[in-house]
Amino acid sequence: MRLIRTIFAALAAALTFAFAAPASAQLHVDIEEGHLNPMPIAVVDFLGASAPAQQVGRDIAQVIRANLERSALFRPIQPQAFIERITALEVPPRFADWRVIDSQALVVGQVTPLPDGRIRVEFRLYDVFGEQHLTGFSYATTPDNWRRVAHQISDRIYEQITGESGYFDTRIVFVSETGPRTRRIKRLMIMDQDGANPVFLTGQDATVLTPRFSPSTQMITYMSFETGAPRVFLYNLETNRREVLGDFPGMTFAPRFSPNGQGVVFTLDMNGNSEIFSMDLNSRSRRRLTNHPAIDTSPSYSPDGRQIVFNSDRGGSPQLYVMNADGSGQRRISFGDGRYSTPVWSPRGDLIAFTRQGGGRFAIGVMRPDGSGERILTESYLDEAPTWSPNGRVIMFFREGRGQGARLWSVDLTGRNLRQIPTQTDASDPAWSPLLP
Amino acid sequence: MRNTLIALSAVAALAACASRPEPAPTPTETPPTTSERPQGPVPGSVEDFRVSVGDRVFFGYDRFDLTPEARSVLERQAAWLRQYPNVRILVAGNCDERGTREYNLALGARRAAAARDYLVSLGVNANRVETVSYGKERPLDPRSNEEAWSVNRNAHTQIVSGAVS
Repeated sequence: MRLIRTIFAALAAALTFAFAAPASAQLHVDIEEGHLNPMPIAVVDFLGASAPAQQVGRDIAQVIRANLERSALFRPIQPQAFIERITALEVPPRFADWRVIDSQALVVGQVTPLPDGRIRVEFRLYDVFGEQHLTGFSYATTPDNWRRVAHQISDRIYEQITGESGYFDTRIVFVSETGPRTRRIKRLMIMDQDGANPVFLTGQDATVLTPRFSPSTQMITYMSFETGAPRVFLYNLETNRREVLGDFPGMTFAPRFSPNGQGVVFTLDMNGNSEIFSMDLNSRSRRRLTNHPAIDTSPSYSPDGRQIVFNSDRGGSPQLYVMNADGSGQRRISFGDGRYSTPVWSPRGDLIAFTRQGGGRFAIGVMRPDGSGERILTESYLDEAPTWSPNGRVIMFFREGRGQGARLWSVDLTGRNLRQIPTQTDASDPAWSPLLP
Repeated sequence: MRNTLIALSAVAALAACASRPEPAPTPTETPPTTSERPQGPVPGSVEDFRVSVGDRVFFGYDRFDLTPEARSVLERQAAWLRQYPNVRILVAGNCDERGTREYNLALGARRAAAARDYLVSLGVNANRVETVSYGKERPLDPRSNEEAWSVNRNAHTQIVSGAVS
């Protein structure tokens, strides 16, 4: 009965929309439902006045199509199906030709070499059925920067059609893994969110773990065995300089930046008792936030900086707890079956991602900050270490098969869009950057 | 392999027989321990500690309490360390792969501390003992099964300095 009423309500809503909506209704994909019926979109190879410009134009269009396809909210149409051949950016497209192939959105663009050696990249996004120019931008950049432009255009398209900010112009810092499992070599590596442009940040001599971005995207904090015992390090991506965070008597690990980038929260272990501390990066003053003989680790700030979610086994097994940023008001939020760890607060503030162990398997899931609404998104022999896309819609993590190396994967909040991220080596501990400045 | 060894010792014996007449024997006193166990590692050496005493104690899943077996190994370690007071050690806590990375770093630290605390309670000076946790980063057995996990959950006592070489 309840179901029938829901269906009627949905029908009524659909009919109301159909009759009320004018022909120029905004093209829209719902982020939560869009994957059920991805929007067909035509991205034409960008025009170019010269052969090199044409090549850049083809490459840009290809990266945009790949980004949109991976989001699962769009279905890029194969270029072979296109009817109209776009020859000039200024001439409006023949919308009928794009309607025939059922393309709801159309992206055209062009690459123009500039006298100073740079290129100008322009694009236009059209609503095919509404016959409307929705948005368009122009970028001047060096030719070798074409990938970033492609990602920025992808973000503009995503934003225009979903109404939410994108996540394509971002980078991933992670741990590259090589060598046998008993003598694993783990190095920091950084790459674009789609796996392009990978670069090593550290050498082979010291095992590194758990890198995380600062909000500025220019700093990374991570853990390294470089000096023997685990130590939290800071790494400046602009200067390539790194430093140990503070001088502590025990091991330091599990670091994360505060949302304003001015502080780091981390675990300090002394004599087998791990506690959570925060440190102000300007004054270098430190503050102890937990005081309990149990394990207290893996702290992660809420995006407003007022609360911290962390991992503790004070209740007998590892579970998730939330406290105020000054350490007060500590309370347990996870009560499901299994062992919970690696909590990470969403950049939107609405959810906390975690790793859950149970039944011999490891799962990635989300719950609301009060512990309600728990949902498991993906599960395997070992799924671990979620990290959020900056718009809080996609989670990246690493997956290890039984006796196999780790690889990076992403899954969206529907749990239905599971993708492997291409890396040259085995890879673990991904951290997603904010949108690049 | 064994055949090769037998063959080699046969060659050595033949060579001894073929050499010129032996000189008159001169008695030299040998240390009592080597005469008792001529096959074993040099007493007080890293190898002696590893083989004769045992350098690892093992833990249950997500546990850091010492089993009776772990206690007896640590008691042998403490006795050995009292005998060789110049030896300094590093106790490293290790975990199996069935836990997440940061939690396992904390759990490994607990295991190292549990072993260290017991050694100290048995009279080993705390200044001689450092601890570290490697979490799940240094498995002894690379496989993914119960047998490997039980071996990989350990506190490993490594000699840093002061051993007989």
